[in-house]
Amino acid sequence: MAVTRNGGGAISGASRPVLTNRPGAGLPATKGGIEVPENVILTTVDSVVSAARKFSLWPMPFATACCGIELMAVGASRFDIARFGAEVMRFSPRQCDLLIVAGRVAMKMLPVLQRIWLQMPEPKWSISMGACASTGGVFDTYAVVQGVDRFIPIDVYIPGCPPRPEQILRALMDMQAKIQAGGSVFGTGLPELAEREKMLAEKRNLPVGLATARERGDEGRFGYKSPGGDALLGADETR
Amino acid sequence: MSEEAAATLPPVVGQLKDRFGPAVIRVSTFRDNVRVLVAADRLIDMLSYLKAEAGFAFLAELGGVDYLGYPGRSEGARFEVHYVLLNQETHERLVVKVGVDDPDPILPSVVSLWAGADWMEREVFDMYGIRFEGHPDLRRILMPDEFTSFPLRKDYPLRGRGERHNFPRITRDES
Repeated sequence: MAVTRNGGGAISGASRPVLTNRPGAGLPATKGGIEVPENVILTTVDSVVSAARKFSLWPMPFATACCGIELMAVGASRFDIARFGAEVMRFSPRQCDLLIVAGRVAMKMLPVLQRIWLQMPEPKWSISMGACASTGGVFDTYAVVQGVDRFIPIDVYIPGCPPRPEQILRALMDMQAKIQAGGSVFGTGLPELAEREKMLAEKRNLPVGLATARERGDEGRFGYKSPGGDALLGADETR
Repeated sequence: MSEEAAATLPPVVGQLKDRFGPAVIRVSTFRDNVRVLVAADRLIDMLSYLKAEAGFAFLAELGGVDYLGYPGRSEGARFEVHYVLLNQETHERLVVKVGVDDPDPILPSVVSLWAGADWMEREVFDMYGIRFEGHPDLRRILMPDEFTSFPLRKDYPLRGRGERHNFPRITRDES
């Protein structure tokens, strides 16, 4: 990869950059424009860095349930996540840049998950895999967190119980597209992500239970009155 | 439960009735399970007797029940703790149950009889708040230490009281 300095302002829409300078190519010679040799692509540093990042994701498998089995299948030869450059699963968050939350997260486990997320170095991304990690799934009980995105930022969600391995590969491709589109050397992320996090930050001042219940429509979710009443107490009442 | 079933009761029930008299509150059977409800003050005596002399030396299970609002139950304590004993020579099983009532439920611990009761009593304490006197290390075993409720009590809401939401949120700005 090489970047040729743009020496002048002579490029217009009509005279596109010529990608070869072979004399026999029969192309018009450029004057003051860009002349690049064969097999050279012009791009930006951000784009190159993003390409390097998206093809060498190192996943941190946070596998707590059956989704983890599907994740193992993705790592094995039939589905082969190595085709996408993400086969290097590391079990230390310090070496990873893609958190895959696979399975339900109990409230005793969530501080662990948050700590692992904070231990991962920037730039980092996260995938919420399966119904339980994304919404709590069928485990609508006192002990299971109703979606890990309430407490850590999530980039890509995978539906399914558990998802097929193809869905995980699809999510990885989406993740790659997202990294290519939004990545920068400084890892600032996509603008719409920033918007969502601004919205979340505004809700942080509400009592915790109330804020999240209002956000997700937690109460009366399946059309029946939950036994013992709704979970509507805030932090003060439950500590 | 009924009188005609008394003929099919195993002999150990008769021995318990002879030995403990009115402390044996009720004997019932259900699908070959023999259940003996015992008064709480004779619990350790009965379990010691069953372990040392009647051959029921193996504590297979220890669990709790909350009978709050149980249909058809008009008497008896709110909680019951049951001890499933196994006679490893005759393969008989016997369930010893003991009731304990709501304000400040306390029972004697059986860790001195069966060391394996340690974690089971901790679990009953964790889920129902029944405290076991004499337990060497009675603290929560499944729920986090800072949890304050007892989640398997029937007056505890299924979705909790907001504990599952009670975490700081980490945004991308600060991580």
